Amino acid sequence: MTTDDGRRTTDDRRRTPQYGIRMFEPNLERRKALGVVWEGVALLAILLGIAMLLTLLVKVFVDGLPHLRPQLFTEFPSRFPDQAGLRSALQGSIWLMVLTALLSFPLGVGAGIYLEEFAPKNALTRFIEINVANLAGVPSIIYGLLGLGLFVRGLGLGRSLLAGVLTMTLVILPVIIVSTREALRAVPASIREAALALGASRWEMVRDHVLVYSMGGILTGMILALSRAIGETAPLITIGALTYIAFDLRGPLDIFTVLPIQIFNWVSMPQAAFQRLAAAGIIVLLALLLTMNALAIWLRNRLQRRW
Amino acid sequence: MEPVALELRNLSVYYGAFLAVKDVNLAIPRHQITAIIGPSGVGKSTLLRALNRMNELVPGCRTEGEVLFDGMNIYDPRVDPVEVRRRIGMVFQKPNPFPKSIYENIAWGLRINGFRGNRAQMDEAVEGALRAAALWDEVKDKLHQSGLSLSGGQQQRLCIARVIALQPEVILLDEPASALDPIATLKIEELMRELKRDYTIVIVTHNMQQAARVSDYTAMMMLTGEGERSGTVIEFDRTKTIFTNPRDKRTEDYVTGRFG
Repeated sequence: MTTDDGRRTTDDRRRTPQYGIRMFEPNLERRKALGVVWEGVALLAILLGIAMLLTLLVKVFVDGLPHLRPQLFTEFPSRFPDQAGLRSALQGSIWLMVLTALLSFPLGVGAGIYLEEFAPKNALTRFIEINVANLAGVPSIIYGLLGLGLFVRGLGLGRSLLAGVLTMTLVILPVIIVSTREALRAVPASIREAALALGASRWEMVRDHVLVYSMGGILTGMILALSRAIGETAPLITIGALTYIAFDLRGPLDIFTVLPIQIFNWVSMPQAAFQRLAAAGIIVLLALLLTMNALAIWLRNRLQRRW
Repeated sequence: MEPVALELRNLSVYYGAFLAVKDVNLAIPRHQITAIIGPSGVGKSTLLRALNRMNELVPGCRTEGEVLFDGMNIYDPRVDPVEVRRRIGMVFQKPNPFPKSIYENIAWGLRINGFRGNRAQMDEAVEGALRAAALWDEVKDKLHQSGLSLSGGQQQRLCIARVIALQPEVILLDEPASALDPIATLKIEELMRELKRDYTIVIVTHNMQQAARVSDYTAMMMLTGEGERSGTVIEFDRTKTIFTNPRDKRTEDYVTGRFG
């Protein structure tokens, strides 16, 4: 359909195209070949990553496995490699994790709930949200410097476990807040409406529904945040946890050390025996990490709902 | 005309600067079924949700005018929306049972609203609500299974039971059968006819046969004019009159399927 002056009308555009099959050049061979090339490139990329990881693992296991014996867990660090163990570092890591979890869970989840469910949507909350998201990406050594100034010196906590716990809480809080908010957001609006339409207050809705249904996601985020914390070294070195400790941890105000620091310590020793001890320590750390990640996956599969 | 349950006076609803529902005046009769019909995007659901203050959960939504309920404007600053929503219950388009047990779906609403009965009285209240929603016989042996394990139609009746348990005065239904098959739809319609003895029912529906089948009164909504985006109620009357002898030409065109 054309108008008098030859312009096409809208109706024309809705009709089947008028060019014939000869206008196509399928070029299938070349397109398929390109596909194969890119598949190869992608495969190479993944193989490279896996190869590196495997090399690392094999090296660590070959070096460390012979040292993976009971005394690694029962002995304190020592100048003599065959008497040295991870006892104090393991204690430090476990206590650091437990206390950091206890402190950061209520703080992080509470902040997430407030931002997601209660905060008015205005410029101030948007500003806070952006900052929280950015804090999750701040290098951890910055938190270490903050902890050194605020907790070690400011509050006079010294190089204590408590200072470490507070610093580590700062490191993982943004991660927990962000993952809590994502978990809460996954609860559909229809469930919130259902609760509110029954005459529930906002808090009753959050307490009995939104929070309950998102707990799987929240816990998963929590565990992943902790598994980041267990491998963190920089902020703890900054607050002074790089020490030789040959006694059991007596309380939160005691000085402490953790697994990655002990490993760092051994790696920097000149004797080859210590290097192998460090490898054993890495295996322990890896096992802890993998266990926590496995727990997170298991929780996610068990508690996560599909709507 | 019957006694009035809800009286809407100059009710307008805005989303930000956009006027969605304009200047509605309506007297919804007590213990009758009132249907709200009209083309898509005309503000039927918005109008319905204005009747129990669900709209204010939408950021930027603002309501003007009055909804008189039991001698009180529900938008009066002294009125708590939480209390309004207990007394004016709502059933949504898509069944939305809580992912909890069938029993708990009903008991929860009772509990948060301060139900003071003991365990046995709670059991009784749950059973009563399920019976009233014509669901008891189908679920009495699996009260502790998840509400999500039910079929769509059963889920919707569970949602109705959940509302009934709170003994509201008005039940608002937002296209309650649009996600259901014809048999489940029929059951919901039968249920509505039974419920109107005790409750005032307002239902939004896309389905004109449904409006004609179940409702006693019908409110016809239309855009306020050509090229306008605000909707309003253009005609309100007995359903029979709306479908056989409407006053407004636009209503006639719509119900006879010539338009919309």
